[in-house]
Amino acid sequence: MISERLINIILIGLLVIIPAWAYLADEPFTITLMTRAVIFALAAVGLNLALGVGGFVSFGHAAFFGLGGYVMGILAWHAQSYTPFLELPFLIEGTQSMPVIWVIAVILSALLALVIGVVSLKTTGVYFIMITLAFAQMMYYFSISWSAYGGEDGLSIYVRNSFPGLNTLDPIQFYSICFIILMAVLALMARLVKSPYGLALNAARQSPKRVEAVGLDLHQLQLLAFVISGAITGLAGALFADLNRFVSPNMFSWQLSGEFIVFIIIGGVGRLFGPVIGALVFVGLEHFLGEINDYWHIYLGLILLLIVLFSKTGVMGLLVKKEAHHG
Amino acid sequence: MSFVLLAEQVLNGLQLGVMLFLMSAGLTLIFGVMGLINLAHGSLYMIGAFAAASIAGLTGSFILALLAALTGAAIAGGIVEMVVIRRLYRRDHLDQVLATFALILIFSEGTRWVFGSFPLYLDIPTYLQGPVFLPGGIQYPLYRITLILIGLVVAFALWLMIAKTRIGIQIRAGENDREMIAALGIDISKLYTIVFALGASLAGLAGALVGAIQSVEVGMGEPVLILAFVVIVIGGIGSIKGAMVGSILVGLTDTLGGVFLPQILQLFMDISTANNVGSSIASMAIYILMGGVLIWRPTGLYGSRP
Repeated sequence: MISERLINIILIGLLVIIPAWAYLADEPFTITLMTRAVIFALAAVGLNLALGVGGFVSFGHAAFFGLGGYVMGILAWHAQSYTPFLELPFLIEGTQSMPVIWVIAVILSALLALVIGVVSLKTTGVYFIMITLAFAQMMYYFSISWSAYGGEDGLSIYVRNSFPGLNTLDPIQFYSICFIILMAVLALMARLVKSPYGLALNAARQSPKRVEAVGLDLHQLQLLAFVISGAITGLAGALFADLNRFVSPNMFSWQLSGEFIVFIIIGGVGRLFGPVIGALVFVGLEHFLGEINDYWHIYLGLILLLIVLFSKTGVMGLLVKKEAHHG
Repeated sequence: MSFVLLAEQVLNGLQLGVMLFLMSAGLTLIFGVMGLINLAHGSLYMIGAFAAASIAGLTGSFILALLAALTGAAIAGGIVEMVVIRRLYRRDHLDQVLATFALILIFSEGTRWVFGSFPLYLDIPTYLQGPVFLPGGIQYPLYRITLILIGLVVAFALWLMIAKTRIGIQIRAGENDREMIAALGIDISKLYTIVFALGASLAGLAGALVGAIQSVEVGMGEPVLILAFVVIVIGGIGSIKGAMVGSILVGLTDTLGGVFLPQILQLFMDISTANNVGSSIASMAIYILMGGVLIWRPTGLYGSRP
């Protein structure tokens, strides 16, 4: 059997070699596909902390993804139209600087996750699933009805935002930014799940009563996980909006929330690199099945159904054949 | 804000409410009896609407179209239950969410494949067209009044069935203690198929009835599904009574909020800002309502206490 560590290294290798090959062979579309996969992977890595390690199934992570997208869209839109975002009580200008947008996207997504988490984490099980779904829908309808920022049509940004010292419009350079962020977040996750906090969160999933009995605050543990999880997915949303130079209410759609869960399941729940495999497989299927047949979602549905019914461990589980240690 | 406008909007809210009840009654029964969260319930709504539109197109009869919606959705529900859903009862909610999410993909794309991407239209029959005149000078479309009445009749019939008939007793027993009713010699897997098909047929009926005032298209079921989720979270999962109360609350909040919030805000804002902010808040009103109910009662209005 192959060890999970080896698979992770192979995956990182693929994430470097495929775009490098595409760059040399002058295949910018492949690089764009890989960028898409890496950003989706980042979003799902965020969700995996809540779903895989924490064990609460959020069906509303598109709320954070979309918020991150709109942070980018709104700030860049103000910058390109030379209008301030806010004049009173103090002046806030739009910006096209990626790092600034990322920081704001992370902070606002964390705040939204705090609000949603405080209400939703009072409940468990099916209630939690439905409530997170409902909150994401709320953001969806809100973005449609807010006509100042494009409403249903969304916002287009003409030039990709800038990163000091790089030409972000060059596909390979933008890919590198996304790849490095994904690696940094994965490294952070690897440390987090092994930290005392991560262990406590893991224990809270397996046996909430015992965790409370040893004097830990269950609600606080889970809320923090939900906030970090939302912040990471929000960051992915800002990158996704930059990839497309476009943001619309669709970034809040419930299908997207479902697809994030699908990435995790395809890869293997609670595995560090599970979401990465899932996102790669999904984007690959989307691309290749989409070329064969316009109705490729049918095949995706069938594959997903078979995975859920007959293989509980995902791709990672098939390769590693060892129980996931959830992180 | 005249009385007539208010009355019309209350009726609109009731109409939305009873249609939501048809959806959420099935969802909440399926959850209560089998412990299953069914995302594909919206697909059954869509199947009902498509079955009705096809049969209405072939025969021109609205009654036959409704029957087609009921039976079409029930058959689809029964088949799905036997092939897929019954493997999920013992699984955790994550698996149920994913498998039924996969079913949505299959149903939606399958329907798009068969019927194409263009919406179908289902006409209101001539004998249900035109307005009715209600006391107080209110004019209201006859068809929408009919929807409210059908919804109430179905709700009453459902209550009768669950409270008074043998199958109703089995359903209630199934909610309380699955092992025991199996031990009493009741074929539990048959019972589950029946409950699922019943829920499906209610969703299909709602799809056909609403399909006549909106267009019949792929993806029509999911917005309604999510509203139905809000309803059963507010009402308490598993409770038919909760589904009824929740449906009416959500229907009224959504309709009245959309009309009156902008008007109320106009009292202290200029008109365009008030319309903008009002419609934005109104689009979130039912979720705020849900959040409020949950803070007050985490298992919904009529949900069982943990």
